[in-house]
Order: sequence, then C-alpha cells, then structure tokens
Amino acid sequence: MPPVIELDHLVVPLGGRTILDGLTASLSGRAIGLLGPNGAGKSTLINTLLGFHAPSGGAVRIFGTDVRQGKALRRLVGYMPENDAFIAHMSGVRFVRCMAELAGLPPEAALERTHEAFFYVGLGEARYRKLGTYSLGMKQLAKLAQAIAHGPRLLLLDEPTNGLDPPARQRMIRLIREIRDTADMHLLISSHLLRDVEETCEEVLILKEGRIAAQCDLEGERRANRKFVELETVGTATSFAGAVQGLGAECAFYPNGHGIARIKVVLPDAVEMRELFRLAAEHDVQIRRMNYRRDALEDIFLAAMKEDGGTRGRP
Amino acid sequence: MAVHKRAYRPYAGPLTTERWRFLVLPRYGMLELFESRALTAFYVLCFVPFLVEASGIYISHSPAARALFEVHVEASQQFTHAEFFFGALTFQGALAFLLTAWVAPVLVSPDLVNGALPLYLSRPFSRPEYVLGKASILVALLSLITWVQGLTLFALQAGLQEGWGGDHLRIAGAIFAGAWVWILILTLLGLAVSAWIRWRVVASGALAGVFFMGSAFGEMWKEILGTSWGRVTNLSYLVGLVWRDLFGVFTNRQMSREMFNDGPGRDLPTWGAWMGLTVAACVCVWILNRRLRAREVVS
Repeated sequence: MPPVIELDHLVVPLGGRTILDGLTASLSGRAIGLLGPNGAGKSTLINTLLGFHAPSGGAVRIFGTDVRQGKALRRLVGYMPENDAFIAHMSGVRFVRCMAELAGLPPEAALERTHEAFFYVGLGEARYRKLGTYSLGMKQLAKLAQAIAHGPRLLLLDEPTNGLDPPARQRMIRLIREIRDTADMHLLISSHLLRDVEETCEEVLILKEGRIAAQCDLEGERRANRKFVELETVGTATSFAGAVQGLGAECAFYPNGHGIARIKVVLPDAVEMRELFRLAAEHDVQIRRMNYRRDALEDIFLAAMKEDGGTRGRP
Repeated sequence: MAVHKRAYRPYAGPLTTERWRFLVLPRYGMLELFESRALTAFYVLCFVPFLVEASGIYISHSPAARALFEVHVEASQQFTHAEFFFGALTFQGALAFLLTAWVAPVLVSPDLVNGALPLYLSRPFSRPEYVLGKASILVALLSLITWVQGLTLFALQAGLQEGWGGDHLRIAGAIFAGAWVWILILTLLGLAVSAWIRWRVVASGALAGVFFMGSAFGEMWKEILGTSWGRVTNLSYLVGLVWRDLFGVFTNRQMSREMFNDGPGRDLPTWGAWMGLTVAACVCVWILNRRLRAREVVS
C-alpha cells in the first residue's frame, strides 16, 4: 500500500522566494501532524497538496498519485482551511450540500450526507441558520462538516483549533480523535500548537524555514516513553533500586540526603507499573512522587528548532 | 443512516459526470438570487416591454384589434422594420445592464469576501469551471430578456405575416448575434469587476462607472484630441456600432450627426468597435485570472 503522503525533493517557490526547499518524507500514519513555527511552510505544503501551488521541483504524491493530476486526487481530499471560508448569506445545509455536489455527489446523496455531517460535528440544530450568524466555534465546525461530507480518504485540517475557546477546542480535539479512530480516513493536521498535535496525531513532520527539521513516529515515542518513570522516594532506596534492576529495568539512583532519593527507571515492556508499588511496599519505601515522561513532543520540537534537518524515530 | 446515530460513514455511491458539474453553481445561484423579492420583481418587469411589443405586433395584424384601438395601417407597419427590433433590443440591453450590475456582485463577491473560493477549488472543480458556472447564471438571465424575447417577437411577426420571416432573416441573425455580444461583454465585465472589488454595493457602482466614466472619458478624448478613437473606451457606443452594422439600420446618432454637421469619419469603423470589445473582454479575462485564485501570493 502506497504511503498517504510522499514528498520527493519537493521545492515550491512563491513570490520570488523558495518556501519549501527540497522536502523528502514518506508519511503513512492515520493522523499526521504538521508542526512548525509561523512561516515554516505548513500552509504552503497543504496548499501544494491541494494543487493550489505548483512545485518547481521534485514531486508530491497522495496515495501514490502525483498531485499534478489534480482533479482525480481532489475527489479523495477534504480540506478545512485555517481562515474563514463560508458564504455568509447561505444556510449551513445549503452551503455544505453545494460543496458536496461540487465534489461529485448526486443532489440527494449530498443532502443526506450534509445532514449527517452536521449532526456528526454537533451542529444539527443550527444547520438551517445562515452561516454569517454562526459563532467562531460553529464556523470551525461547519468547515469541518463541509470537509467530511463527501467522504474523503484524506482530511487536511489547517489549524483546526484556531481562535477556539477551551471548551470548543476540547470539542474539536475530541471530534478529530473520533474521526481518526472510527472513520476510514487519514488526517493531516497542521498546527503550531504542540498540545493539539500531541493529543491527536501518531506521526509528526516538523518544518522549519521550509525544510524538514524532524520527522518522528509519535506513537512509537509514546510507547517508548510510557515506561520511562521518574520517582521521588523516602526510605532505603538503595535496596529498592536494586530490586527494580532485578526486574530487568534500567535504573539510575540519585540520593538527595535525609533519606530522599530520585530514581529514574526505564521499565521493560513486560513489566507492569504495579510492580514498582509492590517492590516499594516490600522494601518499606514511600513513593512520594511519580512522573511519567509526557513532554516527548515538546522535547522533539525544541531539539528540532535548535538543530537543522534530520529525522527522529522512524526515518 | 438516521442522523441521530451520529456516526461517520465513507461514501461509496455513484458520482455525477464531471463535464456538467459546473451546472451545480447556477442551480444554487438561482436559488439564492430569487430569494430576493426585489430582484424577482425587477426581473418580472423586464418582461413588460416584451409583452407590450408582442401586443403591438398582434394588434397590427388584427383588423378588429386595430379598429378597437384606432390604429392606422401605416402606424402598424413600424413592426415590420429592422429599426423596431433594433430599438427593442436596445431597450432590453439597457435592462440587461441594470440586471448585471445587480446580480453579478451577488454571485461573486460573497465567495471572495469570506474566503469560500479555496473550498470550491479544493474539490475536483477548476477555476474555468467556476467562472463558467457563475457566467452561466448571468447568461441565462440575460438571454431570457434579450435575444429570447427578440426572437420571439420576430417569430410572432413572421407567423402573422406570411413570407416576411424569410425576407428578413438578417434581423433574426442580428438579434441573436447582437444580444450575445452584449451578454458576453456584460457577463465578463460583471464578473471581473465583482472579483476585483469584492464589496457588493461598491462593485455595482463600479460596474456602472465603467460604462458612464468610459463614455465620458471617450467623448472628452474625442473633443480634446479631435479623434474618434477616444470613443474606444465607451463600451455602450462600441456595442451600438456593432448592432447598427448587424441590423443595417440608420440610427438616431447618425441622424444627429448629419443634423449637426458632425461630418462623416467621426464614428469609429465597425472593425474598430469589434477590436475594442475584444480588448475589453481580454482585460476582463485577465482580471478574472488574477483575482480568482485559491490563494493569494504576497510578494
């Protein structure tokens, strides 16, 4: 099966500047995050995937088909742009139905799926209202509805949580995760918010100044980090650390004095977390604090911003 | 699937033919347009002159109706001349202009003001198809009040007077071709100005400005530089020249020219009018190509 998105030395110039400079990557995740600071080229890459910008060099393929083939490919893609994109005086239903018909659906099917899409994103009750009267959060959801109504195989979401308040952002993240987990669809989510990407994506491509700063399998990183635990203990930690090593874990022990110690543990896959509590009880050690390593993406992102180029995790 | 089940399902049904997909836009465009009662009323009013003219033709061929309305036979003869059809088309052409100034901004501006264009173009739908779809709305509306009405009048006259139609086929051709020239110019200009300006009311005003300012500028140029080529910016004048040539009629302008001794050679040649209209159409296409993009590139 071909990768979802394949970039092959992609070069895209705009306005006399090279915006994307020789990108090469193969992305196959169910949900792919596109990260980078402002001006890194995230939106340009999405626009190139949609065929809005023509590459001056290299190639970009979606499901193995070159984007220069345009129309046939755009049938498979749903797009939720970053900025406002609606017709103010049209009702939600009419707008999304029109967009579904332009994607090739017959009128009856387009209407049926429009209603479904509105209920799916949670705008069922507001679907006959004019789009100009929607709140910002509702407009974002309406954009999502038009992007999924025609049943695309790849959904491109450009800053989907842009301008949303925390509850609306949570709703959007929940929806994206639901689409990722239940729908037969791949997602490419562009964002400069690490948390959004971390909560929704399995694979991440980080751009910096038009180049790939890092590419990583976030799911793999999560799996690796799930067993990385930092403990703060009180009691005879030396024997406890020895017992933990006896489980086959890598263990680093840092005594702080007064019986307090910090212990870093990398547990093998087969060992459950409860084993640590059992050993602590056996060795009369109190576990005062336990931290999972949760800042994997932030670490990767910051490292990528410091250095130029390279891949992490899966090449 | 019932909507209350709230689940996503992929679409595996049939797709419509790509070739005719641009017709989705006229369907939705017409729905939006005729939700305005004012526009609907205006459009209905555009048919009133046609009904009056059709009644005139009928009365001119009915001795009973002529007697009832006390119309002389000589007066009724006017409906057989090319000047009558030229005048009818001129009046409908003016209504067509007003309709374009009203409708074109409504069709295009809302897509651009709130950035809906990328959504159209992210589908298997191209920029030419977008323009074709929007233009077809104007073409359909304008056709109904210009050449369709003109040819119906011609058919009515031809049906009521045996042999007249065959002898005056040039009039039918002139109605059809002349109206299409005007429709194409109005459509392209309406779409281009709406795409350029984006704000509906301002776009309507600008469209009127293109004609009135172009006309004023043309006359000014003509008077100052003493050359009729200044009139090349006067689009309504150019279309008038083309129509006059198509109908082969002697117009009021020519009469006034002779009356005021505005000697021959002051009018543009017909080929000049065609050239001017072609250049105007090309400029409109260029503007549409510049403005109707999924993304703006800021240098």
